[in-house]
Amino acid sequence: MEGGVVHLPMLSRVAVCGGTHGNELSGVYLVRERLKTKKMVEEEDELVSVLTVLTNPRAVQQCRRYTETDLNRCFTQATLNHPILDRTPYEIIRSQELNLLLGPKGRPEAVDLICDLHNTTSNMGLCLIAYSDCDWICLHIFRYLQMQMPDIPVRYIHFDLPPKEAYSLESVGKHGFAIEIGPQPHGVVRSNTYTTMKSGVQHMLDWVRLFNSGTTFDGGSVEVYSMVKNVDYPRDRETHSITAAIHPQLQDHDFCLLRPNDPLFQTFSGDTLRYQGKEPLYPFFINECAYYEKGIALSLARRRCVMIPTIQMQRGLEHQEDEKEFMSEEEE
Amino acid sequence: MECVSLPPFSRVAICGGTHGNEMSGVYMVREMQKQKVDKFGSFSITAVISNPRAVEACKRYIDTDLNRCFTRALLSAPITDGTPYELRRAQELNAQLGPKGSHEAMDLVCDLHNTTANTGLCLISYSFDWIGLHLYKYMQKKITSAPIRFFLLDMPFSEAYSQESLGKHGVSIEVGPQPHGVVRADIFNLMKEAVDQTLEWVQSFNSGTTFEGGDVEVYTLEKSIDYPRNPETHEITAAIHPQLQDNDFSLLRPGDPIFMSFAGETINYEGKELHPFFVNECAYYEKKIAFHLARKITVNIPSLSVKMD
Repeated sequence: MEGGVVHLPMLSRVAVCGGTHGNELSGVYLVRERLKTKKMVEEEDELVSVLTVLTNPRAVQQCRRYTETDLNRCFTQATLNHPILDRTPYEIIRSQELNLLLGPKGRPEAVDLICDLHNTTSNMGLCLIAYSDCDWICLHIFRYLQMQMPDIPVRYIHFDLPPKEAYSLESVGKHGFAIEIGPQPHGVVRSNTYTTMKSGVQHMLDWVRLFNSGTTFDGGSVEVYSMVKNVDYPRDRETHSITAAIHPQLQDHDFCLLRPNDPLFQTFSGDTLRYQGKEPLYPFFINECAYYEKGIALSLARRRCVMIPTIQMQRGLEHQEDEKEFMSEEEE
Repeated sequence: MECVSLPPFSRVAICGGTHGNEMSGVYMVREMQKQKVDKFGSFSITAVISNPRAVEACKRYIDTDLNRCFTRALLSAPITDGTPYELRRAQELNAQLGPKGSHEAMDLVCDLHNTTANTGLCLISYSFDWIGLHLYKYMQKKITSAPIRFFLLDMPFSEAYSQESLGKHGVSIEVGPQPHGVVRADIFNLMKEAVDQTLEWVQSFNSGTTFEGGDVEVYTLEKSIDYPRNPETHEITAAIHPQLQDNDFSLLRPGDPIFMSFAGETINYEGKELHPFFVNECAYYEKKIAFHLARKITVNIPSLSVKMD
């Protein structure tokens, strides 16, 4: 990374979203609290306009992850363009409504930043999850949260997918990330987890206001975890039922390096199964409740250093950014 | 004190999945069924998935909480088209493991549960049956990897509503904390230890061991406390306070914090010194229970040995 400041447009509109999974309660109660004390869904001041949205109200009402299909897999361009028919699942209808409200995805009208709030049963502390490892806005917010929240492990997870294939809500905004906090059982609200979420959102909005006021944020090096692959549980060939649990030595050890031959699973008859991979990798989403049905016992990542430039807001750049969007569409 | 003698236990039932998302019991029973465990020394074992439809859906229940369906009244209620799934299932289980109160009932019904609360290992049974108390006394010496406590349900047989009341004797084994829908190896291992010790106890009893009676310290329910709620929407407005969270069974004194509102205010406890438990159990939000409060009491149980014919 060469010296010099990267100038980026103002982040005029930010969305804070909760309840994308209806039983991940920190975000549900945080959104409800924000909607309660602010009379409007959208609050605006001279520095930023913040939209607060409860994204899956039906699932929230039932305290379930989803009613028909996982909302947070419904934001690929293909699903957003899919015609609505009689039998279209609720969550696909809802994703298209959210795309109109916060997007449209890929268009100049989309909100500048989406922050989507999630919980996990895994012991992951606070994670920012994003599709890019070169979105300087997301990476600077990450760095800022790390500095402002020294008592909590704060990490950045990168899923390498191009925008059209990106399937989750935050991909609708020009910039976006999920804030994932665990461990917390689904359907339960723990006070400390709620407070951490509230703090994280507040620091994020503080950063946006500082950025929009023209503050320069110095560059440097950040550590990111880039997703490599998922590992499923061992399963019974006929019933497909899992035959082992995450090994006690791996349980709760998210982001502790997993080396070849380290214990991975303990079968229900008491045997240890070991990690067969050749490359040591960093595990995360270890024993996430919602991932049993997706065939994921844990995910594995490489840890890398990414250099981020010094950035500063500059007005008048919004239109240049819009032109870039239009141009890349024309090229396609 | 006198020694009570009982006939040997010839039939024991181990039940899992009474709540379909409490996973230790589900996988314990599945493993026992896979290994075709049907005998242990001098007695037979029946391993049962109590609520298969809820297990399939990985939900606590389909229509209604199965573990409230075992009162005499509900077990004899006529079945109609509109009867909830769990009521039908309770009557099926009564036919298989009971009938409740009869000569044919299982000698011991052992029902396996998990909780999101930090209860450690907790044995639960009714005050009219002290087999559970003997099991507790036995396990206290054998299991050192986790705290063990006993929760006594103080009500007469006629009001007993949970599955273990189907047997001549019954006990629930509750292990936490574990999120519903998740199986943790450490919690599974603790559950397995408790089940193994239960079976060892029965075998030892059948073989002629006398189990000394004496005083046993137990917890008994005094009352339950709900979350503060919005009077219009009924939504909760606070979470369990961080100083109470995970502190099941520690003494709660007046003035101690119990809730922190989502706006950041602390709400303190007012009332007698009592012991909170089932603190922040997921399934109790809808039952309007943030935590139970218990008194610690001492009960005296007689010595026990098997009746040799």
